[in-house]
Amino acid sequence: MENAKLKLSISENSLETTFFFKGNLDAEGVAKVWVKAKALILKTSYENVIFDLSQVLIIDFAGAALLLHLETLILKQITKESSVKFVNVNLKHEQTLQLCRKNFITSEKIIVHKKQDDFITATGKNTFSFLDELSATISFTGEITIAVFKTIFKPKTLRWKEFFLIFEKTGVDALFIVALISFIVGLVMAFQAAMPMRMFGAEIYVANLIGLSVTRELGPLMTAIVLAGRSSSAFAAEIGTMKINEEVDALLTMGIDPVYFLALPRILAAAIVTPLLVLFADLVGIIGGAIVLVSLGHPISAYYAQVINQVSCMDLTGGLIKAFVFGILIASTGCFKGLRTQTGPSGVGMATTQAVVNSIIIIALADAVFSIIFYIFNI
Amino acid sequence: MNKKTNKKTIIEVKNLTAGYKDMLILNNVSFTVQKGEIFIILGGSGCGKSTLLKIMTGLLKPFDGNILINNKDIYNSQGQDKASILKNIGVMFQNGALFGSMNLLENVKLPLITHTSLDSEAINLIAYMKLSLVGLKDSSMLMPDQISGGMRKRAAIARAMALDPEIIFLDEPSAGLDPVTAAQLDKLILNLAENLGITFIMVTHELESIFDTGQRAIMLDKNEKGIIAQGNPHELKNLKNDKRVFTFFNRLAD
Repeated sequence: MENAKLKLSISENSLETTFFFKGNLDAEGVAKVWVKAKALILKTSYENVIFDLSQVLIIDFAGAALLLHLETLILKQITKESSVKFVNVNLKHEQTLQLCRKNFITSEKIIVHKKQDDFITATGKNTFSFLDELSATISFTGEITIAVFKTIFKPKTLRWKEFFLIFEKTGVDALFIVALISFIVGLVMAFQAAMPMRMFGAEIYVANLIGLSVTRELGPLMTAIVLAGRSSSAFAAEIGTMKINEEVDALLTMGIDPVYFLALPRILAAAIVTPLLVLFADLVGIIGGAIVLVSLGHPISAYYAQVINQVSCMDLTGGLIKAFVFGILIASTGCFKGLRTQTGPSGVGMATTQAVVNSIIIIALADAVFSIIFYIFNI
Repeated sequence: MNKKTNKKTIIEVKNLTAGYKDMLILNNVSFTVQKGEIFIILGGSGCGKSTLLKIMTGLLKPFDGNILINNKDIYNSQGQDKASILKNIGVMFQNGALFGSMNLLENVKLPLITHTSLDSEAINLIAYMKLSLVGLKDSSMLMPDQISGGMRKRAAIARAMALDPEIIFLDEPSAGLDPVTAAQLDKLILNLAENLGITFIMVTHELESIFDTGQRAIMLDKNEKGIIAQGNPHELKNLKNDKRVFTFFNRLAD
């Protein structure tokens, strides 16, 4: 009984056409006859049609959808006054059919895709959304500045416990990954540079190259990119989750500024810990370069002397200043995106992605600005 | 209200003992649910209502005992048998559990696309009928975060009904809803049970809902770790020999 396959047959006479349905009019049966039944109806113009359901065992919504859809197709073809009749329908099937008929919508009325905005509407919406984002960024920058001054004048009001916790999470916990990346970058760069420079007998100058590029450029940049992926995303996710759980609203109703309470400890911690991480990254990067040169037969003392002669205090300080600014930018972007998280399950995911992408873009732009400034001031 | 009929047993819970890790929540619980009835699981907070629902829907393995759905043990079935049991049940979770990245129509279409080989036109027609049945045909293109809690629960019922299951489990369907929406939801459940013969297993502690829809109920108790009363909700309300049942049904403080 349960597995009675659905069969459809037609009998015609001069007055009427009868469609006999036999078996289970359920999803499984309907899936097999849907295309065939539609083709049968569309092939010929029927006038008086009867659906005989005497041998139907089960009718579910799929079965009802088939019958009502076929009925609609037939009625569309009929030009004279006529109708589709359902005969030999038992009470239970009648109930299901009635319920489905009440809720049936013809295929043409079904909207499957949401209407897309036209070009002008989409451009307008995007412009407004950009202006909104810009205004929020300006207001966030203002709020952060006020919060920083508030902390300077009333240092006790900062959540120091939170600050040190973030300091540990952002800094100490990131030591391994920062070391790994810097070491590999120093090692690979030294190796790649050593090969062509050997041809000119200038292999030892790889030390100068590593010393300068790691302290001025690669140390701060690689550390900042690691922090963008690690900490900026974490800040956005933490604050974003708080936002959708209405914890940020709770802060507001208690008269506590969420920027001061949530963003400031993170931004300050990142601003302080990033230069320290960069210092560490510089050291490990230079060690990476040293391993290559030592393995190529140069004494470590020669490598050390070259690096010390080449890298000035200004180079190191320039890198650390960059790191300080990168730290602020990374943490601010993460916190800003977290506070701007939209509701809905995809909100936190989107905020996190935007935090990472925006952080990396901002770092690249800031790095370019620093290059110009350092060039102008001959640093 | 609960006429004695020769209805078929659709779910049988036998000597169920369950909990989480070392915490025992249900101890030796047995009951049956008849086909086509609206069966209520009720009790105070922490008595194991939701745990029982999780076990009955195959989400939490019990320590001991059996859950038979149409005489098939949900935890001892595998492959085709297990798939046929799961196709025959629909679950509405407490907050709807609609997929946030899909609109309502796509949410309802998902089980149909996954478990049937129906033509896409047929799937659209069926999904629209289900949404229309719960009064959401004009909201089919909205995302779950654009609709109210009541609408989300109705959409979740439409999704639970997508494959025309024989049994639908509802976890706190009227919790957090305004009285009008809650009443509409109760009416919908009654309508579906009456017209389509769907069996509903409902976890709730909303008394109005229990009296309006429930045909049979079991009451669980945290201390007993099991059933302390069962029967028609209206009869349970007047059961004066058990203080716990009487205070619960009459909203009395201890």
